Amino acid sequence: MKYERDPERIRRVLGNKIQFIQGDMAVAYGGLLAGVSFFGGYPITPASEVAEGMARLLPRCGGCFIQMEDEIASIAAVIGAAWGGAKAMTATSGPGFSLMMENYGYAVMTETPCVIANVQRTGPSTGQPTLGAQGDMMQVRWGSHGDMEAIALAPSTVQESLDMTIQSFNLSEKYRHPVCLMTDGEVGHLREKVVIPDEDEMEIFDRVTATADRETFLPFAESPTNGSKVPDFPTFGTGYRTYVTGLTHNEKGFPRTDKQPDHERLVMRIITKITDDREEMMDVEEIALEDADIAFVTYGASARPAESAVALAREKGLKVGMLRLKLVWPFPRDLITELSKKVNTIIVPEMNLGQIYHVIKEFAVDDCDIICAPKIGGEMHLPLELLEIVEGC
Amino acid sequence: MKKDIRICGFGGQGVILSGFIIGKAACVFHTFNAVQSQSYGPEARGGAARSEVIVSDEKIGYPRPTGVDVYVAIAQEAFNTYQDDLREDAIIIIDPDLVPNHDIGRPIYKVQVQKIAEDLGNKIVTNIAMIGAISGIYDLIPKEAMLNAVVDSVPKRFTDLNIKAFERGYEAGKNAKPE
Repeated sequence: MKYERDPERIRRVLGNKIQFIQGDMAVAYGGLLAGVSFFGGYPITPASEVAEGMARLLPRCGGCFIQMEDEIASIAAVIGAAWGGAKAMTATSGPGFSLMMENYGYAVMTETPCVIANVQRTGPSTGQPTLGAQGDMMQVRWGSHGDMEAIALAPSTVQESLDMTIQSFNLSEKYRHPVCLMTDGEVGHLREKVVIPDEDEMEIFDRVTATADRETFLPFAESPTNGSKVPDFPTFGTGYRTYVTGLTHNEKGFPRTDKQPDHERLVMRIITKITDDREEMMDVEEIALEDADIAFVTYGASARPAESAVALAREKGLKVGMLRLKLVWPFPRDLITELSKKVNTIIVPEMNLGQIYHVIKEFAVDDCDIICAPKIGGEMHLPLELLEIVEGC
Repeated sequence: MKKDIRICGFGGQGVILSGFIIGKAACVFHTFNAVQSQSYGPEARGGAARSEVIVSDEKIGYPRPTGVDVYVAIAQEAFNTYQDDLREDAIIIIDPDLVPNHDIGRPIYKVQVQKIAEDLGNKIVTNIAMIGAISGIYDLIPKEAMLNAVVDSVPKRFTDLNIKAFERGYEAGKNAKPE
């Protein structure tokens, strides 16, 4: 069965243009709008509603939904579907994300485009299933073994959950890389207004597929089509002989595991295909930073109380602003360096004991104070708690 | 304008749906912004449940209530559990049959919404009668938007029953005086 993205059919299935829905459902909507044709997943709180939405809606859009036996199988099925030509995704939360780590690295090494929505909760282990947290912001970067780069986004609203799922697919198709949508139990379970974009209000990027001569085509070399470091994609079944392995491989895809230059060349290409575009990919929101002495730097759900705290602080005449990272990885290191030269203090609220805080510390200049503002236990910071930190500066 | 609304009851009474309908009325059928969140125990039925909606004509940052402007209860246990952070001028609305012990030394609107539902032949629309009552007591969101959201959110074969429940609740709310 061949899936073809049919914008009218998708919008008919999704229904009214303006809806009041949960963040998790908005992730499913975003995937469907992006043209996802395969979803393989395993239910887990607080991400189950993504699978629930997909199970109900994806077949009606012409795609395939499979509930796999666990998260390892889910990501494996997603990778296989992507090689069959599908835009494929899965959704999970902390414990499931931990299980996916090995195959997440496999997707990186095999340059497989796919999307993992992680509706984060806390740990260690099964932790607090029904509550939100930002437990995996470092796991997404460093959780799989070896040297790699990550692409990860963090929505703060239900509308962004939809929009950023589309964006995740676009980035994954463009860079042939598994992209992680790092939402959380708080945003995932909130209901807010969403506006379903019309076709001319959204951008869809599809992977560049192989068109070169079948005898000479190199599936893991720079693109012969556009010279990019991202190879053209030889979809299975289109006649290109392709060997796909997680082992260090040459440009033909065959294992070459014993020579240092072979490994370095491969790994540096799959890292720099992303980091070369760090500036171009950067996606942040700046609020009241023009004259700020103190800045919150945050992302996802934590940005909601921080934005309220900025408003409260401004009412008191305090010069406080906020930088919200919509794309957390690759990390906007130069922007943080510049910000740290401008403000005296950066406060980093996170729903963990400090993860992105450490990255900000790494790239901020020494004479800017970086304050870790952690909150764990399944609750967001209260705006007043953040205001107190500001007032203590 | 920003109003924090909390509706509470026990699991199965439809309090989550009630919050959902008010949020939908505010931002799909009217021009406000709304955020709805919820909390409930692991039980599908029973146990205190609450649904919270923030309605505002501005962007909503922190998505949970920081106090309560409108407090609605249709079960005794929930009424007792969730009233810690009521604002001084909070509007309190209860069904006195479901919350018999409600003397907290503050004016309260009392509407027998369960009785309205029973008179219509189906207790299941108690929550919709309460949405009508809220609309009659406090015209934050236009009545038409509230009614549209009700119709949009209930099964088609029960549309008439739900409209009746809403309208009777609305009338009872209009006539209610805080006591």
